[in-house]
Amino acid sequence: MKELSLHILDLVQNSISAGATLTEIVIKEDLAADWLTIEINDNGHGMDKELLAKVKDPFVTSRTSRKVGLGIPLMLAACQRCDGDLTISSEVNVGTNLTAVFKHSHIDRVPIGSMAETLISLILCSTYTDFLYKHIIINKKSSLSEFCFDTREVKKLLGSEVPLTEPDILNWIKDYIAEGLSNLGGGI
Amino acid sequence: MKSIKELEEIRKRTLDTINIRKERTGTRVVVGMATCGIAAGARPVLLTVMDEVKKNNLSDVAVTQTGCIGMCRLEPIVEVYRPNEEKVTYVKVTPSKALRIVNEHIMQGKVVDEYTIGSED
Repeated sequence: MKELSLHILDLVQNSISAGATLTEIVIKEDLAADWLTIEINDNGHGMDKELLAKVKDPFVTSRTSRKVGLGIPLMLAACQRCDGDLTISSEVNVGTNLTAVFKHSHIDRVPIGSMAETLISLILCSTYTDFLYKHIIINKKSSLSEFCFDTREVKKLLGSEVPLTEPDILNWIKDYIAEGLSNLGGGI
Repeated sequence: MKSIKELEEIRKRTLDTINIRKERTGTRVVVGMATCGIAAGARPVLLTVMDEVKKNNLSDVAVTQTGCIGMCRLEPIVEVYRPNEEKVTYVKVTPSKALRIVNEHIMQGKVVDEYTIGSED
């Protein structure tokens, strides 16, 4: 994939299919230590040990339409290209945690890309899942700054009559995230 | 700077139009958004369709996504369901093709034949 945000869009769909009501996406750019970490945590129905053990295998999938699932293997390959790794832990009926690590400055690391577009694509098509997106940057002098976006807060403000999927609302969210990230000076 | 206050204003503004939107006569645009679709460029296609639907105030059109349709080599795939008409499947869609699909098929009812799965060799 050309952007890490596309991997995120793809993998969060797994959380949605797992019936998660809340999915947390955390991107941490530690420029001091030169690591980029992407975490996806959900409270979906989780995986048992047997499935977890083989989930990185491209010939394993929970879907019934075909026998291959490439979402996780593609992300794993992207991590390994960049001196990083991908770990997944999961507990049945509790949820799943996926952590992808990249060397931030690695020449083969693709850009993070548009998280704003990824978030609104996710919101557009998943009425029952809430998203919490955190973007943390630790600069070379080890000082930390953070941007946070939570669909639950937006929903609270909008009340029950106006859904998040209203085009005007989605546009606002897109601009809000893009602006928040550019103020943070990261997201590359 | 985008503020939460702005959101409150949008909320008030949309409340007036939202009742119209509820009466969907039922055109549905479905974009394939599995790994294959995303890798082939489905995200900009989905957002282009959404923007164009909003720009033209097409309040009776629903834009949604689906998983893998099963023809990964033809992604991005867009399916258009218009009431009382057969489903039309568009393949290898780009944002510019998506603009034509919305403008010609969804708004005027004219299927863009050259982008459909039937014209694919």
